[in-house]
Amino acid sequence: MLLHRAIEERGVSLYKQGKVPGSFYDGRGQEATCVGAAFALGPGDPVCPLIRDLGAHLVKGTSPRAILAHYLGRPAGVSAGREGNVHFGDASLGVLGMVSMLPDMMPVAVGMALAFKLRGEARCALALFGDGATSVGDWHEAMNFAAVQNVPAIFVLENNGYAYSTPSSRQFVVNPVERAAAYGMLGVSVDGNDVEAVFETVRQARERALAGAGPTLISADTMRMHGHGLHDDARYVPPEQLAEWEKRDPIKLQRKRLVALGVDVAEIEAGVAIEVDQATTEALAMPLADPATATTGVFSTSEAIPLGIGLAPWSGFR
Amino acid sequence: MAQLTYLEAISDALRVAMDEDERVILLGEDIGVHGGAFKVTDGLLARFGADRVIDTPISEEAIVGGAVGAAIVGMRPVCEMQFADFVACAFDQIVNVAGKLHYRLGLAAPIVVRLPSGGGFSGGPYHSQSPEAWFLHSPGLKVLAPSSAEDAKGLLLAAIADPNPVLFLEHKNLYRRVRGEVPEGSYETPFTARTVREGDDLVVIAYGAMVHTALEAIGQLPDASIRLLDLRSLAPLDEDAILTAVRDCSKVVIVDEANYTCALGAQVSSLIAERAFEHLEGPIVRVATPDVPIPFAPALERAVLPSVERIRDACDELLAY
Repeated sequence: MLLHRAIEERGVSLYKQGKVPGSFYDGRGQEATCVGAAFALGPGDPVCPLIRDLGAHLVKGTSPRAILAHYLGRPAGVSAGREGNVHFGDASLGVLGMVSMLPDMMPVAVGMALAFKLRGEARCALALFGDGATSVGDWHEAMNFAAVQNVPAIFVLENNGYAYSTPSSRQFVVNPVERAAAYGMLGVSVDGNDVEAVFETVRQARERALAGAGPTLISADTMRMHGHGLHDDARYVPPEQLAEWEKRDPIKLQRKRLVALGVDVAEIEAGVAIEVDQATTEALAMPLADPATATTGVFSTSEAIPLGIGLAPWSGFR
Repeated sequence: MAQLTYLEAISDALRVAMDEDERVILLGEDIGVHGGAFKVTDGLLARFGADRVIDTPISEEAIVGGAVGAAIVGMRPVCEMQFADFVACAFDQIVNVAGKLHYRLGLAAPIVVRLPSGGGFSGGPYHSQSPEAWFLHSPGLKVLAPSSAEDAKGLLLAAIADPNPVLFLEHKNLYRRVRGEVPEGSYETPFTARTVREGDDLVVIAYGAMVHTALEAIGQLPDASIRLLDLRSLAPLDEDAILTAVRDCSKVVIVDEANYTCALGAQVSSLIAERAFEHLEGPIVRVATPDVPIPFAPALERAVLPSVERIRDACDELLAY
């Protein structure tokens, strides 16, 4: 979570310096959801992160250096300069980069899970998406198809209050987690700012999925603490709402817990700062993308290589 | 060699691919117990089981998105849109997810989407469309449109083996109308054009059902030496074959069953104008469906789809130019 936040803070700074092209989106305040969810996954479980889920990439093994190089459009970054800020994923680690149309990765996750089920593999697929995505047809098609096929899929809704400027109250009348029952699926709500609670909820969903009990919809209730992107000052969000959620900052919450356990959090924080500094220096020194590569790689010309296996740092998988 | 209909050749390709490679699975509406709206998948459920011949809900985005998901973890899914028209409902997954995956992330998405397409049998506006141009404009997709039984099987087997997303247009009006010698077992037809008939006064360029309409039209002009080029693959487009034919014949008629504006024929016309202009001895002539939905009533449908007479007259006029 610290690394997630520190890399994004560095990204914001590089963006403001004009070094990161395009636009920049961050996940401040939502670190617990993606980190907790990804920690509960096994090495062979692919994850489809959303725009505020940098932590999921990190848990799967993507390096801060590769992420910063990606922000900077460097060819050594994750998408070789083809994708911006948040639309990326290291396929060799089992991370599937999102597209802007949401939640397009939900049907894709259902397909991955279907393949695991057909082959009898003990794996599941996890897709994250926002509250706005629950209004799109793909959401309903994926929920229904997943339930009908009883596939090992986990859907994590990051219910963060706003879809760009549209509050949840204008997005839906019924809380999406309640819709799960209508599809014949288990629906669970969890405090999205509590990394341990998210971890435990996803861990249980994974256990169910691998036991053949089918998909789960998890609503991780959280708050988007910044605008949709840096170009958005989010003046439509009442300041008192942000102040209230600031008290529930996921990193502060976990810090308190760890300090009580005697963990030297300050030392971890210092290590993260050094790591991000080093990664930034290295990424900035990398060569820029070669314009001659802009038209290459539209098609695959060799045998298809499937999504790879990522890290699974939770001790339960070691 | 067996005598098979175009439809039987497609079924045979699916059977051969599934026999050879257990990664091949089928996804679609009513393809299992019912054997598909046109019976292309008839018998495959009994042979391969419900795990590999998957009846889906009516959810085209989930069918194609699900196929992409299965493909990127090692399967070879073949989807059926019940009618090509419904591919509009899966457009986003095809264009934004499947087509861009390799360029963006270096991840191959070996899926095939079968599209029973085209008109000529009073299917009306939603069961008669030729939607290929929607996808020709979008990077990362291959688009095939066989006209013969032999090519239908060979191109489908090649599509399933290809590591990229492939849209496979199978013309509904050829399903039982066209029959031919089809090799047994596995073979792959290259994604290149095929000369159906030699000639050097004029070349007609067509694909899909229009190959047969054009052949009939050419038959009515026995005094002219008319070549017929069947494109077979629309993306990639066999530019060399097109340019060679134009250089040899100097006059060209391009036929599309699709609506006129921005149809493949417009691209072929542009290619010829850019790269073979000096070889032309007359204007590039196009015959296509005007920019209208395909109407239901037979008299109305006949009035819009390119007919034998329209193609014959277009050739006749150009030969006299």
